[in-house]
Amino acid sequence: MRVPMSWLRDYVDLADADPREVADRLTAAGLQVERIDSVGGDIAGVVVAKVLEVEAVAGQKKPIRWVRLSDGTDERQVICGAENFAVGDLVAYARPPATLPGGFEIGARKTYGHISDGMICSGRELGISDDHDGILVLADDLSLGADVVDALSLRDDVLDISVNPDRGYALSVRGVAREAATAYGLAFRDPGKLEVSAVDGAAYDVRIEATDGCRRYLARTVRGLDTAVSSPPWLARRLTLAGMRPISLMVDVTNHVMLDLGQPLHAFDRSRLRGPIVVRWAVAGETLRTLDGVDRALDPRDLVITDDSGPIALAGVMGGAATEIRPETVEVVLEAANFDSDCVSYTARRHRLGSEASRRFERGVDHDLAPSAAEAAISLITSLGAGTSTGSVTDVDRRTPSPVIMLDPGLPGRIAGVNYSDETVAARLGDVGCDVAVGDSAFGVTPPSWRPDLRASVDLVEEVVRLEGYDRLPATVPRTPAGRGLTRPQRLRRRIGRTLADAGYVEVLTSPFVDLASAERLRLDNGDPRTPSVRLANPVSEEEPYLRTTLLPGLFAALARNVGRGMPDIALFETGPVFRAKPDAPAPPALPVGERPSDAQLAALDAALPDQPHRIAAVIAGHRERPGWWGSGRDASWSDVVAAVRAVAEALGVDVAVTADQHPPFHPGRCAAMHVGNRLLGHAGELHPRVVEACNLPARSCAMEISLDLLIAAAPQTLPSPVVSAYPAATIDIAVAVGADVPSGEVADALHAGAGELVESLRLFDVYVGDQTGNGRKSLAFTLRLRAFDRTLTADEVAGIRTAAVAEAGRRHGAELR
Amino acid sequence: MSGPNDPYDPKQVAALSDADLTANVAAGTDAFAAATDLDALSVAHTAHLGSRSPIALARRELGALPPQARADAGRRVNEVLSVLTAAYDERRLVLEKARDERVLVEETVDVTLPTDAVPSGGRHPLTLVQERVADIFVGMGWEVAEGPEIEAAWLNFDALNIPPAHPARETQDTLWLEPPSGGVLLRTHTSPVQIRALLDHGAPCYVVSPGRVYRQEALDATHSPVFHQVEGLAVDEGLTMADLRGTLDLFAESMFGAGIRTRLRPDHYPFTEPSADVDLLCWICHGTSSQPGTEFCSTCRREGWVEWGGSGMIHPVVLASAGVDPDRHTGFAFGIGLERTLMARHDLGDIRDLVEGDVRVTNALGLEA
Repeated sequence: MRVPMSWLRDYVDLADADPREVADRLTAAGLQVERIDSVGGDIAGVVVAKVLEVEAVAGQKKPIRWVRLSDGTDERQVICGAENFAVGDLVAYARPPATLPGGFEIGARKTYGHISDGMICSGRELGISDDHDGILVLADDLSLGADVVDALSLRDDVLDISVNPDRGYALSVRGVAREAATAYGLAFRDPGKLEVSAVDGAAYDVRIEATDGCRRYLARTVRGLDTAVSSPPWLARRLTLAGMRPISLMVDVTNHVMLDLGQPLHAFDRSRLRGPIVVRWAVAGETLRTLDGVDRALDPRDLVITDDSGPIALAGVMGGAATEIRPETVEVVLEAANFDSDCVSYTARRHRLGSEASRRFERGVDHDLAPSAAEAAISLITSLGAGTSTGSVTDVDRRTPSPVIMLDPGLPGRIAGVNYSDETVAARLGDVGCDVAVGDSAFGVTPPSWRPDLRASVDLVEEVVRLEGYDRLPATVPRTPAGRGLTRPQRLRRRIGRTLADAGYVEVLTSPFVDLASAERLRLDNGDPRTPSVRLANPVSEEEPYLRTTLLPGLFAALARNVGRGMPDIALFETGPVFRAKPDAPAPPALPVGERPSDAQLAALDAALPDQPHRIAAVIAGHRERPGWWGSGRDASWSDVVAAVRAVAEALGVDVAVTADQHPPFHPGRCAAMHVGNRLLGHAGELHPRVVEACNLPARSCAMEISLDLLIAAAPQTLPSPVVSAYPAATIDIAVAVGADVPSGEVADALHAGAGELVESLRLFDVYVGDQTGNGRKSLAFTLRLRAFDRTLTADEVAGIRTAAVAEAGRRHGAELR
Repeated sequence: MSGPNDPYDPKQVAALSDADLTANVAAGTDAFAAATDLDALSVAHTAHLGSRSPIALARRELGALPPQARADAGRRVNEVLSVLTAAYDERRLVLEKARDERVLVEETVDVTLPTDAVPSGGRHPLTLVQERVADIFVGMGWEVAEGPEIEAAWLNFDALNIPPAHPARETQDTLWLEPPSGGVLLRTHTSPVQIRALLDHGAPCYVVSPGRVYRQEALDATHSPVFHQVEGLAVDEGLTMADLRGTLDLFAESMFGAGIRTRLRPDHYPFTEPSADVDLLCWICHGTSSQPGTEFCSTCRREGWVEWGGSGMIHPVVLASAGVDPDRHTGFAFGIGLERTLMARHDLGDIRDLVEGDVRVTNALGLEA
């Protein structure tokens, strides 16, 4: 809502108030002023001048006139293309050096064979109106040489206000002026309270069938409309400043009343109406061509104005083309109605047809306003000599009285944390326009007709607190009960993030939207639970309508993006939920509002939601250790991602067992499965070369993805304290030869089992495949640290352990001591 | 066993003569002084102080002397020994120092060589800012609540007093799951988490819920369909809007530094009444740029304040829907956009930098604890 300060001053004596301060006070009261446009300040050198002589310039395709002007002291000559003026008229003359809105410098220049010493301005060139058909002819009582900016009061400040959905009344100068008057403690002259003609029912026959959709429909008629009369400059300028384009007198007048009072009006060409006006719901199959020329199929939930011919307007949204005012129109039916906000909102959205009228009805229009608004429009038309009124008024009035809200006058203070006196509460509600009946223990508050949003006592509380000022609220801090700190999963998730970051992985938060083909790129089998299964009804992009079932596609995209941006050595991780549909999930039940649902109902809501397990994933490509002066570096490999899983598991005190597996999207020979106990934690390894290719990843990219939920569930609450033995350790090395395909982890397990409980640590330190290992064999070298709690181990004991360890490895895997 | 020792050995031992001992001292000290490195000194040590050196031999002879002579000779031998040892030690220190100086110089490296063999990792700035917010509120005694990102419409809308015809429910704003009328959606705010917290625990309840939320919006420099919020909710007996204001001031100061406070402006939300927008005092100019004649501030554009989020006193219908008696309890709530907070704090111009996963962004911003 754009409100010129000059218009505001019509209703409040803000004479010298600084627009910026007015804006601040309105903002503090809840009308957020987004910006202030100062107009007219950039016009300079435009003066009132009289036309002395006009001479047509011959030989031009369009009329060009050579005009002699007097500014009272000098005579000047300019070229002008307009014809709507004559000798003796006063015009706005841009006398060089002059400046027009937008900083356009006007000097003398040669054109059409003459030196044009400046120019004569149109209304649009001065930013007064949208009129560019001719130049602006000024009233003849202005003095020659006077600055046009002063003479026409062109300097103004326009407040651009963003109006909240609960403040429909602020979509009018009237409503804004009321708030400004309250903010300054000044008197408010209400333009919405006019002497109106009496209702005689004779203006036009009107029936309301859809009483839910229309509370009131008032009609008046204008006769002898002269569509040749154009809007006076002040009207055109006001509309322009308020952001609307002047169109024709009838349209401009209805728009002016709407901006001024907040009541949308609509004018029908009476000669095109067939029978009575009926307000009803549309019937399926009906259509209406609206003023914008679009044929619209109507829906039974659309509220329409009809006559015998069918729908003639979308109620509160837009008129129909068939009954529009035309140059030949002489008689007008003027509608001032009050339509239901939800149904206007629905129709406007369904037809994607927001209008100035629908914006106002959606937020609620003062239901007492129709008579005054119609009166204001008609008196403006008649005063401009553009038509006459019959004096008749039809007013089908289905208004219900505003409910009385009982308010404990102490409530505003208790909610604000401030002590407001009963008098303050009553006075503030009075400022809003409420009628306050002071009772023994409670106020009976009747909200004004323009505040349909005031329905309950908390709504009144807000009015009192905002007018007393949010900035005057004290700042206190509540005395909270003792909290329990972060939960264990919250702490552990932080630990996981830190562990991966410390290991050189960079956290990313990727888009959760995927396409169905992502399953193919990952080489998932049919029926793999990671096939995308949760689809959006209205996805952001139709190309990615599903939600992720695995974190890998997002990480792959981020990996490829970083590599593409010239950073080839990349390690990334992400933690977060994935989404997997529950087969046969029921629809959520419809639950009431304002009362707590039962636990069973809440459980039914949860049952309707897909599974949303949290996972951890990481990808790595390029160098794990970059080449440098220290050496040639090391490429990232499957071992890095396995190490990453081990690192997070270790950080949480969880033991994971690593075994070989074949699992997409991994390389079948380079994929590790991780288990916690007998539950699968996830997988890690080098990616399948075809996956690398399909996802545009660097060769040999590696990845891991595991269950965050399982890891956290498996983490011990407290870690057991070790028993530390101070007896000396015996360290022995054992090298065994086994088949090349025997996993080293299993050999290690066998050695450990054979060596028994005196093993303090067992570590593989070398893997050798060569001539000496024999065909299809490899050599594994382990170092074992043995220690007892109660004694120093003897050489015989150690030798026995070594033998037992090798024997067990031999038994399980055919290992031979080397 | 041999016969008893003759108590007196008439042999005079040449090695113990004064002249010989003096000569030993001179030879030894000369040899030590002549050693030019530790190896040469070691050879000299063997020659003059070693087990076969003249002084060692002389010492061995002491046992053969009659007691009367032994004391005198022993004293003289020890004097020689201590002189020689001192000379040796002195020379050794000199040579060791010289060697150290030489070796340490020889071992000098270029310490400006790069040490970045393993590229560094980091955590996402949005993760860190969520943790920061959580820590601030945990410090005040609040708890951190979490909930699912796919939610039931009842928890995302109805329970929050957002009526069925509200435009926020439209497909232009909210991402709905199939089937379109199924009543399941991607949460548009973290408020459902707070409703869940209230349903679970009842009042009193003090929770913050940072998390990821979704809106039907195309990705551009200032919008993302996926973004992060933190919402706070406090429900207790006697909570006031003054408590909301004080809590927000404390939050702002913890986040942006001393002296940065908030301003409340009336606004409208279905779930709060009264409702207020939250502005933050500009942390760059501290509000001064709104005065005429001051330097332009590109952060607040001369407003002095920067929009931060929304807040208000929880609507009684919301409390009742969550099983809290609105006649007994009041509460306040607020919501802050975390991308906006982060972009403001770090002067980051493009929200895409936070969602594309470019490691340069995380490495630059992801190290703050």
